[in-house]
Amino acid sequence: MASNAHADFRSRLQVWLPKLVLSPSLAMVLVFVYGFIIFSVYLSFTDSRLLPSYGWVGWENYSKLWRLSHWEISLTNMGVFAVLYIGICSILGLGLAIFLDQKIRGEGFIRTIYLYPMALSFIVTGTAWKWFLDPGIGLENVMQSWGWTGFEFDWIKNRDFAIYTVVLAAVWQTSGFVMAMFLAGLRGIDNEMLKAAQMDGASNWNLYRRIIIPQLRPAFLSAFVILSHLAIKTFDLVIALTGGGPGRATELPATFMYSYTFTRNQMGIGAASAVIMLMTIAAIMIPYLYAELREKK
Amino acid sequence: MSVASQDTAIRTGRVTRMLIYLVLLLFVLFYMLPLYVMLVNSVKPLNEITGGGMMNLPQVFTLEPWAKAWSSAQIGVEPTGLRPYFWNSISMVVPAVAISTVLGALNGYVLTKWRFKYDTILFGLMLFACFIPFQIVLIPMARMLGLMGMAGSVWGLVLVHVVYGIGFTTLYFRNYYAVFPTELVRAAQIDGAGFFQIFWRILLPSSGPIAVVSIIWQFTNIWNDFLFGASFAGPTSQPMTVALNNLVQSSTGVKEYNVHFAGAILAALPTLLVYIVAGRYFVRGLMSGSVKG
Repeated sequence: MASNAHADFRSRLQVWLPKLVLSPSLAMVLVFVYGFIIFSVYLSFTDSRLLPSYGWVGWENYSKLWRLSHWEISLTNMGVFAVLYIGICSILGLGLAIFLDQKIRGEGFIRTIYLYPMALSFIVTGTAWKWFLDPGIGLENVMQSWGWTGFEFDWIKNRDFAIYTVVLAAVWQTSGFVMAMFLAGLRGIDNEMLKAAQMDGASNWNLYRRIIIPQLRPAFLSAFVILSHLAIKTFDLVIALTGGGPGRATELPATFMYSYTFTRNQMGIGAASAVIMLMTIAAIMIPYLYAELREKK
Repeated sequence: MSVASQDTAIRTGRVTRMLIYLVLLLFVLFYMLPLYVMLVNSVKPLNEITGGGMMNLPQVFTLEPWAKAWSSAQIGVEPTGLRPYFWNSISMVVPAVAISTVLGALNGYVLTKWRFKYDTILFGLMLFACFIPFQIVLIPMARMLGLMGMAGSVWGLVLVHVVYGIGFTTLYFRNYYAVFPTELVRAAQIDGAGFFQIFWRILLPSSGPIAVVSIIWQFTNIWNDFLFGASFAGPTSQPMTVALNNLVQSSTGVKEYNVHFAGAILAALPTLLVYIVAGRYFVRGLMSGSVKG
């Protein structure tokens, strides 16, 4: 009897053990991710300022948020930044991948150099570019000391152009990674089909335009999803490179949220802006993840 | 990327190849530029930089900026250099990487070999958690760390990085274990092996490649994190990235660019080393884990 009960316990444990092992992680995710999302959404409807407070104010934070010029600037910057960042990274990544796919001598070495920026912190990247682009000591100064006295390059200090320096540093950091994604895609393409098309007299240009690039659709999609998600989360790079300035010229939603929540004591508005960021990312990620998980079944 | 051969059916002429090499070389220079700027300027006296010589090799070679960045530069209010913050980062990264990788391996094992109803939905929930903008959890997390008495501590940061890292580690191990023959697991089960025995004896010995991916990924992300460090760390638990930013942004005194560059390299060194030493295993492991999409 006793051994029977023991065996019974053992087999029941074996049934429950997998779920038991998974449960701490699941509990953490449920509390720290989904519970916190609900809490933040709730806070965005309250009169929280320095600390969370629970006075319900309805949509007031959202209507205030959309009237703030600071938020409008952040969104405009986000638009400019995202379009240029995603566009340039994709074009550059694809171009370099195609070039690197031509039986290049030293390919491994070149690849390593193109990819290493990914390993760096955005704070390091930001610091390096900040001083390199600084008109006082960087490029402008160097060019002038080399004799090109009329050379001017003050984008990082110029309200109208500072956002492009953020694009430059961000592209520098991630374009090599995008290149690697496209290169993996190119290496997966069937050569027989290309050879057949070549027999029919197709030029290289047409091979790429008609056969190769259309087959890279999955790589384009992954690149778009990863880059857009990185773009919306961009925070440290701006902090290190420009600090959001000059003025508010390089503020992005992430820096807006941080300063409203932690330095301006407008937690309700900060939470509302975070909710909008989440919605944007969810609109991109959920369909993608859904499709990915579907396929795997 | 080492997948398949380098064979391509595309044929190119001599001039085209020259142009291709030229473009590739130009971009090598572009990607090397910031590293070059950081390196040469970290070993020259300040006046060589301010005098317009940023691109020149040092006339006077000095390791002074490195020594200063490491042990005596002003960070915030204390002239401690980056050294204590470097150790903060280490003592945050090591446990966070270890814990999140172990949890990810176990989760991946359960989600592929002990499947149950709705497991894909649960995995989807964990996966989406990787991609949320962390701004959405900053306020409640600050509150929670305070309630748990972990505010401003290294352990608080470890917790944060474990929580927001297990999605990725679970993803890696799940994809890797998905192609591992389930028959082996079933056979061991029939022989009476238990849950942990199967994991320990059968799956773990062949998990090397994906463990490397998980460790490199987590190490890089956690070491490079700035947002959580800036939001949750106290003055004595700040990680390297936050300290570097404080060093560079400090508005008092002369801007010592050479010290900033040395500090930036110090902050980049661990992840750069990992990339140089183990980068190829990362790509290889990633490929072996995701061959099935």
